[in-house]
Amino acid sequence: MNHPATTLEQAPAERMHIPLTHPRLPQRAEWIVAGIAAAFGALLLVLGVPTVGAAILAGIAFLVVLPVWSLAVEGRRGATDRLMTGLIWTTFVVAIVPLASLLWRVIDQGAGRIDGTFLSYSFFKTQIDQPVGIYHAIIGTLLVTLGAALISVPVGVMAAVYLVEYGKKNKLAKAITFLVDVMTGIPSIVAGLFAFALFTLIFGPAYVSGFGGSVALALLMIPIVVRATEEMLMLVPDELREAAYALGTPKWKTIVRIVLPTALGGILTGITLATSRVIGETAPLLLIAGATDRTNMNPFDGAMTTLPVLIYGQNLRGDAPAEAIAWGAAFILILIVMVLNLAARIVGKIFAPKKG
Amino acid sequence: MTAPTAEIEEQPNDWASVRGGVGDRIFSGLALAAGLTIMAALAGVFIFLAIKGATGFSKSSDVYGPHAESFLGYVFPLLVGTFTASIIALIIAVPLAFGIALVISHYAPRWVATPVAYVIDLLAAVPSVVYGLWGAFYLAKKLVPMHEWLHEHLGFIPLFGEPNVSGRSPLTAGIVLAIMILPIITAISREVFSRTPRLHEEAALALGATRWEMIRMTVFPYARSGMVSAVMLGLGRALGETMAVTMVLSVGFDMSWNVLATASPTSIAANIALKYKERSADLLNVLVATGLVLFLLTFLVNFAARWIIGRSERRMAR
Amino acid sequence: MNFKTIRSAAIPGVAALALLMSACGASNEGGDDAASSDLSGNLKGGGATSQEKAQEAWKTAFQGKNGDLTIDYSLLGSTDGRGQFIAKALSFAGTDSYIKEEELAAAKERCGGNIIEVPAYISSIAIAYNLPGVDDLKLDAATIAKIFAGKITKWNDAAIAATNEGVDLPDTKISPVHRADDSGTTKNFTDYLGKAAKADWAYEAEDAFPVSGGLSAEGTSGVVKQIGDTEGTIGYADESQTADLQKVSVQVGEEFVAPSPEGAAKTVSVSPVVEGRDETDIAVDVDRTTTEAGAYPVILLSYLLACETYDDAAEAANVKGYLSYIVSDEGQAASSDFAGSAKLAPETATKAQEIVAGISAK
Repeated sequence: MNHPATTLEQAPAERMHIPLTHPRLPQRAEWIVAGIAAAFGALLLVLGVPTVGAAILAGIAFLVVLPVWSLAVEGRRGATDRLMTGLIWTTFVVAIVPLASLLWRVIDQGAGRIDGTFLSYSFFKTQIDQPVGIYHAIIGTLLVTLGAALISVPVGVMAAVYLVEYGKKNKLAKAITFLVDVMTGIPSIVAGLFAFALFTLIFGPAYVSGFGGSVALALLMIPIVVRATEEMLMLVPDELREAAYALGTPKWKTIVRIVLPTALGGILTGITLATSRVIGETAPLLLIAGATDRTNMNPFDGAMTTLPVLIYGQNLRGDAPAEAIAWGAAFILILIVMVLNLAARIVGKIFAPKKG
Repeated sequence: MTAPTAEIEEQPNDWASVRGGVGDRIFSGLALAAGLTIMAALAGVFIFLAIKGATGFSKSSDVYGPHAESFLGYVFPLLVGTFTASIIALIIAVPLAFGIALVISHYAPRWVATPVAYVIDLLAAVPSVVYGLWGAFYLAKKLVPMHEWLHEHLGFIPLFGEPNVSGRSPLTAGIVLAIMILPIITAISREVFSRTPRLHEEAALALGATRWEMIRMTVFPYARSGMVSAVMLGLGRALGETMAVTMVLSVGFDMSWNVLATASPTSIAANIALKYKERSADLLNVLVATGLVLFLLTFLVNFAARWIIGRSERRMAR
Repeated sequence: MNFKTIRSAAIPGVAALALLMSACGASNEGGDDAASSDLSGNLKGGGATSQEKAQEAWKTAFQGKNGDLTIDYSLLGSTDGRGQFIAKALSFAGTDSYIKEEELAAAKERCGGNIIEVPAYISSIAIAYNLPGVDDLKLDAATIAKIFAGKITKWNDAAIAATNEGVDLPDTKISPVHRADDSGTTKNFTDYLGKAAKADWAYEAEDAFPVSGGLSAEGTSGVVKQIGDTEGTIGYADESQTADLQKVSVQVGEEFVAPSPEGAAKTVSVSPVVEGRDETDIAVDVDRTTTEAGAYPVILLSYLLACETYDDAAEAANVKGYLSYIVSDEGQAASSDFAGSAKLAPETATKAQEIVAGISAK
């Protein structure tokens, strides 16, 4: 903060000699240096340095040369800016590499396994060499996640309504806001243990069901839904509420007919994103939902296979066909998440309040 | 702006007694009930874990297995393992995440930023099992040379002791965790960065600030509490992340500073997943008890985060 | 913003959901190609994870013969499998160690009579290693114990060289690999070390690997992958999953025996039955120190646990049918083909078949 002040103080003494513009590096300076760094990397490669090492050294060369040049021409502030710009873009590249590698591996290993049988068959077999599929796990994942949404959406949205429309900073609202924040930090395995402890205490030690998984996932979803809804409700202009009140509309009707519909786009986006966050959870479902070979349509009774648990189980089996199934299922799971994300965006666009 | 609103809001409540009074009472009751449900749910987590895990704190010593005698002896190495992996993950992920967030919010042109933001969001939803699959038998192997290099050249630092020949060390587990928590930290900090008032930024630039100076002077101060909460959320994720550590880390009970070690303790969450399959009723109680410890730990971390944010907000307000 | 838009968006959504629900069963679950019989309903079992692949073979074949019957085998682990069997949550259980004395009373009460316990799945535990250029490593129990206890750390150690004359052992570090999760495989392996190498292995037989140090990996598949991936490793895993790896021949008497299904079956047949158990309980104390020619003592023996009488006639018929199939020659051949396990020796099989045939309703 002090930095600009000092420059201003220094300024008067030198004012007479300062040109209106600072000297700048040529416009294509980044590219020139990048070219030099690339050439340096290529040289190292020729000299026998391994590819990864050469790439890293070339990157470092770029990060060093550009600021040094800038320091000579543009001065310290320009150099700092060049250095930080370089570093920030570097973090970006460094982070994208493993993410891309991961995504590519899933597509590469998984996409080839997908066919009609894979999507419409379950693990149930009556002959040992029968083909199998992941239909039961897709259904399981959809049912468990749907259950989680059915629990968490009403609770989450209404809690947000309370916080924004009724609570208005009273003690209870503050406490709930705080607890919602704490809830975002609940480890998924703790949510699973909670569902496990709850249901086994009530229904006996051997209880497994998809619904138990829904409860665990709902616990993870609620804070995200509350947060998203809260933000959207706060964006609704107070003028809308006031206009409704002025017409004599009761508060609850104002909320249901005016406030919620206005915020609907954002709320739906939040819900969908929350869903896609929990759909890949493994640990809680491993504890409480279990796994079975058949399609189980009843979420309240019996084990229900879900995609993440299936992936985990197949990976543990370790033979080649099982591993192919694991990657295939991972691919389908990511595809489902992608569709959900896209849907969230489209829904958000459709229901966004009209501007102007 | 808030003051007149509050005034006006009081009025419909008087109206409410005439029209729609019942509806209002029911609706506000429902909203309140939802809020209370959240409190009850959190209390429920604590109560049910406590009921199921209570006996796990004081079992006979053979339940705690070959390496520990008491619950404390059982859970302490796991706590160390949990923190080791999480701290490594944070050290790696936080700068990267802020960097990506800045690229998306301030550096990249829109046509780059939008798809990148989408891909990052997508990665937040990649199931942790898949990270485990990728980390344990693909990434770990690729990192073996790095382990050897670190030990050879930086071996005088106690962190880089005898390297793990398989690459499945705490460092690798931390790296995988870092990649896993990257999307969530990025998503939140991107959001707060992009909320910096446009006027502040333009004012800084108009005064002749470079882009970096503008970010340092307008974006960071404005986003500080959001950044802290993003980091804390990331830490919470890392502390509780289960499958990736389960699958990546080669476990043991040798507590040391060596992040390249072969037999480091695993994390609480990973331990639950590992031991859950061949469980006895006694061990199950112990596992739930460790889950309770993990829950209290994340509670504390979040509590601390809220406190820090609250303090900085109060300071900003002054 | 109005509700019409929501409604118009909701209609296709509901339609899609209805379509989904109407086509609920997976295409392969019709059961058209399966023969029908008098067995029907849902048979619930569970327990030892070691039986996973064998159970898959058995239930697939048995479901093929009995179109109206579904069999669930939950992977709970041996201890919990026995516990849930006693709690009546399961009709039968799979367990890697025979039922303990202290559980016996509760189990008998659950059954209202005798329990049935028969060996069903025998598998060799291979000690696999990754050391290019060394093909047939021969080790005695003491050396194996020292390697896994971390006392021998180099492949060219004198103790290893002593049993491998003429083999050029490299000066590589040994990285022993053990299971990260608790498992019956670990328990059987440590039981072998404890009995065959008393002096060098001071630990009890346990599900959790007792020594800290060395690499660990989750599940048999994790151990196998780790050994395949990294030079200088040695670890233990179900023989059927170690096809691509080199395996240690273990000293038995004066000879060195490589793991094989036959060697495992032989060990079981020379092992003594536990004294003082019911007629219907074939609990075997595996003889880890046998000197019988061809016997391979590092094995995992997994049992099926059931009741002699059940309250419910259908349950009794289902358990009897399924267990009879498992211990039949056909069932043993099926698991041997699919899971690579050893078939029961003829005399054990006959005895098990007789016992299982006695299952009835009250």
